[in-house]
Amino acid sequence: MSTMSPARPRGTDTRLATLGRLTTVELKIVVRDVVAIIFALLFPAALFIVLGAAQPGFRDPEEAFGGLRPLDVYGPVVIGLAIATAAFSMLPGYLAQYRENGVLRRLATTPASPSSLLGAQLIVHTGLTTGGSVLALFSATVIFDVRWPGNMPGLVVAFVLSAVACFLLGLVVAAVAKNARVANALGMVVYFPMLFFAGVWTPGDAMPDGLRAVADFTPLGAATEAMSDAWVHGDWPSALHLLVLAGWAVVGSVAAARLFRWE
Amino acid sequence: MDVIEVQNLHKRYGETVAVEDVSFTVEKGEIFGILGPNGAGKTTTVECVEGLRRPDAGSVSVLGMEPARDRTALTQRLGVQLQEGALQEKLKVREAMELYASFYPEPADGDELLELLGLAGKRNTYYKKLSGGQKQRLSIALALIGNPEIAVLDELTTGLDPQARRDTWTLVESVRDRGVTIVLVTHFMDEAERLCDRLALIDEGRVAAVDTPAGLVDRAGGEQRVRFRPSAEPDGELLAAVPEVSSVSREGDHVVVSGTGNLVPLVVNALSSAQIVPIDMRVEQANLEDAFVMLTGKALEFDTAVEPAGAPHQKSLR
Repeated sequence: MSTMSPARPRGTDTRLATLGRLTTVELKIVVRDVVAIIFALLFPAALFIVLGAAQPGFRDPEEAFGGLRPLDVYGPVVIGLAIATAAFSMLPGYLAQYRENGVLRRLATTPASPSSLLGAQLIVHTGLTTGGSVLALFSATVIFDVRWPGNMPGLVVAFVLSAVACFLLGLVVAAVAKNARVANALGMVVYFPMLFFAGVWTPGDAMPDGLRAVADFTPLGAATEAMSDAWVHGDWPSALHLLVLAGWAVVGSVAAARLFRWE
Repeated sequence: MDVIEVQNLHKRYGETVAVEDVSFTVEKGEIFGILGPNGAGKTTTVECVEGLRRPDAGSVSVLGMEPARDRTALTQRLGVQLQEGALQEKLKVREAMELYASFYPEPADGDELLELLGLAGKRNTYYKKLSGGQKQRLSIALALIGNPEIAVLDELTTGLDPQARRDTWTLVESVRDRGVTIVLVTHFMDEAERLCDRLALIDEGRVAAVDTPAGLVDRAGGEQRVRFRPSAEPDGELLAAVPEVSSVSREGDHVVVSGTGNLVPLVVNALSSAQIVPIDMRVEQANLEDAFVMLTGKALEFDTAVEPAGAPHQKSLR
């Protein structure tokens, strides 16, 4: 113990290796949290299946959707739900708990910085969201014969930008909540209105015009509309929705960087 | 050689001054104690040493580095056990050890540390399922996993049962014997007295004294007190006539003799010359607590619940 070589500078390799190890550990922890797995990974597909199988009228063509079945337009909504669940329910809860319990502080006394743990959490939740979205996509297309996304690259762009915007806003929730309990409560306060504007209860195409205009400017409303353009209509997402998402991403990153505290 | 130098450290949180003016140095290879009541500024002081907080004034140098600036380099050579630092609830003990070992260039043997700390049987237990004492011991293991040159241990044995405390003390001594410098933050007198080579007494954000435990006790006067119940009433002058005796007083049935030097045989001899036998004789030595009271003018918040049975000093200072 007494014969230590002088401190070596830590290179990018070491930091990446640390991030990798922390990501593995955080993934294990989330997997052990059964509820988290059910909500993030399985709930979006399950919701789609339950609605498709049991909701009256969900498989009948409708005027409001240009003759499509509600099922055909519901895929983007379910993916929006997957993003929101991770961003506003899971991520802030974990981070606020880590700060409250001193996990971040403990890491600050080691060569690994607490920002690596934040990075690991973002990677894990991005992974779970992507997994949950892919499951939802397949249950829609395989079980209910929903059309494969018309513009897959467009859908991917919309998905990535939506996830970035929502996760950054989730970090703001984690930043302003002083403990895990508050983070969960605050997350829910954001979560449910977001789901409403995303069209979980009334998909965007069936929303009244006034409501639709508001939804266009909310993060999750813009997210589902952008994904809907690509999946249902086979177009590129509209510039308006992409700009709204980028705007929220900027707001989220500035606010999170200013407000987030490690302890 | 000094491995830690703290000079005129000052730290405040808003209007509250946590550390007014603290200076001390820690030599390589010693166990240096920072002793004081709760809220004295001990933890803030070591947080500045660890690089977790930036001093408002004064300077801190650890292994030639400035902690707040060179934190990344310092963390590789400084192990820390935080008073309030937890792990993820669903992380297993083994996983925590492996993870923390991976942060350091030359980690210690994690299995050996768990063995030493009596946690070998808990390798596959979730952190949240550990008892308070087990969490505390794991926290010590994690402080040592990086093979540090300096280990800062904050409230090391708080929450441990008496046996675990003694085991932990033995462990700390064995770590020091391997050449690690140890900074021990504590509010337990017996722990400081038993473990520390030198001590800084801290009170209200200031250093009251820095010395060896024996040196501090000497400053308190180094007086002994002998207390007994005499078999017959001694003549008032009998004991006062002994040159080493400084005072004689009565407390109910008991006689209390204060003085210096080899007091017990002197008192027994004087009594036996008058055919008096001392009954229930007890010797009370001045200790760190007396030193603290003398140097700061107030009693230390003192947890008697964990005092080992039969401790010589029975006075309650709560």
